[in-house]
Amino acid sequence: MEIVLAILVGVLYTAGVYMMLRRSILKFIIGLIFMSNATNLLVFLTAGIVPGNPAFVDSGGTEKIVADPLPQALVLTAIVIGLGIVVFSLALKYKFFEVTGTDDLDQLKKTDS
Amino acid sequence: MTIVALPILIPFVFIILLIFFRSERISRWQGPAGTLLLVFLSVYLFSKVIENNILTLQMGGWEAPFGITLVVDYLSALMLIVSAVILFAISIYAHHFLPKEMSLNRFYIFFFGLTMGLNGAFITGDVFNLFVWFEVMLMSSFVLITMGRKKDQLEGGIKYLALNLVGSLLFLAGVGLLYGKTGTLNMAHLAQILKNDDQAILMNTSAILFFIAFGIKAAIFPLYFWLPASYHTPNITISSLFAGLLTKVGIYTLIRFFTLFFVHDPQFWHQLLLIIAGFTMVAGGMAAAAHYETRRILSYHIISQIGYMVMGLGIFTPLAIAGAVFFTLHNMIAKTNTFLVAGMINKYRGTYYLKDVGGLFKQSPLIAVLFIIPAFALAGVPPISGFFAKFILIKAGIENGNYSITAVAIITAMFTLYSMIKIWNEAFLKKQPGDQAVAQEKIKLRFAEVLPSLFLGLISILMGIFAMNVFNFTMQAAEQLINPDFYISNVLKGIKL
Repeated sequence: MEIVLAILVGVLYTAGVYMMLRRSILKFIIGLIFMSNATNLLVFLTAGIVPGNPAFVDSGGTEKIVADPLPQALVLTAIVIGLGIVVFSLALKYKFFEVTGTDDLDQLKKTDS
Repeated sequence: MTIVALPILIPFVFIILLIFFRSERISRWQGPAGTLLLVFLSVYLFSKVIENNILTLQMGGWEAPFGITLVVDYLSALMLIVSAVILFAISIYAHHFLPKEMSLNRFYIFFFGLTMGLNGAFITGDVFNLFVWFEVMLMSSFVLITMGRKKDQLEGGIKYLALNLVGSLLFLAGVGLLYGKTGTLNMAHLAQILKNDDQAILMNTSAILFFIAFGIKAAIFPLYFWLPASYHTPNITISSLFAGLLTKVGIYTLIRFFTLFFVHDPQFWHQLLLIIAGFTMVAGGMAAAAHYETRRILSYHIISQIGYMVMGLGIFTPLAIAGAVFFTLHNMIAKTNTFLVAGMINKYRGTYYLKDVGGLFKQSPLIAVLFIIPAFALAGVPPISGFFAKFILIKAGIENGNYSITAVAIITAMFTLYSMIKIWNEAFLKKQPGDQAVAQEKIKLRFAEVLPSLFLGLISILMGIFAMNVFNFTMQAAEQLINPDFYISNVLKGIKL
C-alpha cells in the first residue's frame, strides 16, 4: 500500500511543479494545491500505514503494532493551513486580475530589476 | 515558568482587543501599548535567563518529547528583546507614515499577527510547532504586503507569496521525512537521538529540505530573488517591518537547526554554508551598488548582510557563532532604522529615486544625523555597533583559517560603505536637481515622527559603546549553541528514552 501512495506522491509533485512553471497565475495556484496535497500525503506516509489497528493502546498494553496518531494530527493541521493559503492566494489573484486585467505571469516584471 | 508563553499570548490578546475596539482613536494606542508590554516582558525574560541560563515550559503539562515545549535560552531571549524593540519603534512610526486611506486598526491586527508568529518561532522547541508559527507569520505578512492594493503591491505580493509558499511546502516535507526517520519532532529529543547516531548521514535528505526552506526565508544567494522584487512595493512602514524581522527569522532557524541537531556532516555543510555566504555577500553588495532607488539599495543590502550571518554559522567556532548572533542583533536594528529614514526622505521629497532628491543636509540636518548613525553602523565604522560585529566575525575567520571568506567579507564591507556613501552624497550633499522651489518648501517633521528613528539610532550607538557587555551575552548564547547537552538535559529533564 505504501508503495502505491509513494508513487502517487511523486506524481502529484510532478504535476504540481509542471503547473507551477506555466505562465498563468491560476495554474500556478492549481500547482500549489497539488504540491501541498503531495506534501500532506508524504507527511501522512512517514509513519507507515497500519491497517485495521486503532491509534490507541488499551490499558493492558497490547503487543500489536498500533497506528501512529501523530502524523495524522500533523496532517490535519497542515491541511487546514493549506486551505487558508489557497483561499488567500485565490483572493489575491482575483484582486490582481481586477486591477490589471491580466493572468499572465510574464506581465509581472514591473517590480523586478 | 508560565511566563514563557506570554510573548505569544500578549499579541494574541491584542489582536482580539483590536477586533472588538475598532475606532481609530483607541487602536492608535493599542499598537504601542502592546509592543511596549512586549519590550518589558522580553527584558524581564532576559533577566530570568541570566539567572537560570534557560527557561522551559511544557505546554499543557505534557512531558517533553510528547508535548510541545517552549524554550527560552540566551539566543531566543536576545532575539525577543531586539525584535520587541523594533516592533515598538515601528508601531509608533506607523502613526505618521501609514497613508490615511489605510486603516490603522487593520494594520495593527496583522502587525500583531506577525508578532505572534515571530515570537512563537523564537521560543518554540518543536519542529512542527515552528512550521505553524512560520505560517502564522507568513499569512500576516502576505496581508500586510498587499494592503495598499496598488498594482505594484499586488505584483510584489504575488512574487513574495509564490516563493515563500514553495519554501513552506519544502519545510513541511522536511518535517515529515525527519519524523519518519527519527520518530520525534522535539528539537532536544532530535538532538539527543542524532548525537549518537552513526547513520546520521541519512539525515541529509531532511537537512537539505530545511536548508532550502529556511534559505528562501533568509534570502541567501540563489534563493533571494523574491526579496528585491517585493520589499520596495508596500508602504515604507511595512517595508521596514519586514526588513528588520522576516529574513532574520530564517537566520535564527538556520542557526538553531544547524547547531542543535544537523551537526552530523560538518565537512559538507560548513563548506556549503561558507560558499553560499560568500556569494550572498557579493551578489547583494554589487546589486546594491548598481541601483538608484533607496528602498532597492537597502533591500539588496539586506541580502548582502545575510551573508555575514551565514558566514558566522559556517565557520562554526564559539567566537564565530557569537559574531553571527551579534551581527544579527545589530543588523536588525540598523537595517530597520535605514528604512525608517528612507521614509522620511520620501516625506520631504515625495520620491525614493536618488536622482530626484538632493539638498537635504541643508534643509534638515537632523535627518542627516539620523541617517548617518545606521549607515555608519552598517558600514562598520567604530564606535557604532556594526564595527564590533564585523570585527568579531573577521577575527573568528582568521583564527580558524578561513582566509578566503574573510577576504570576501572585508571587500563586501567596502561595497556597503560605497552604497551608503552613495545615498549620503545623492540625498544629502548634492543640490536639489530641477525645480529649486521644492528645496525651499518648509516641511517640518514633528518630534513624534523622528522619535522611532532616534530611539533605534540611540540603541545602535549604545550597542557600540557597551559592545563588551553585548558580546558577553552573545558569547553565552554561542556556548549554549555549540554544546547542546545543556539544552537537551534541561528540556528532557532527565527522561531516559
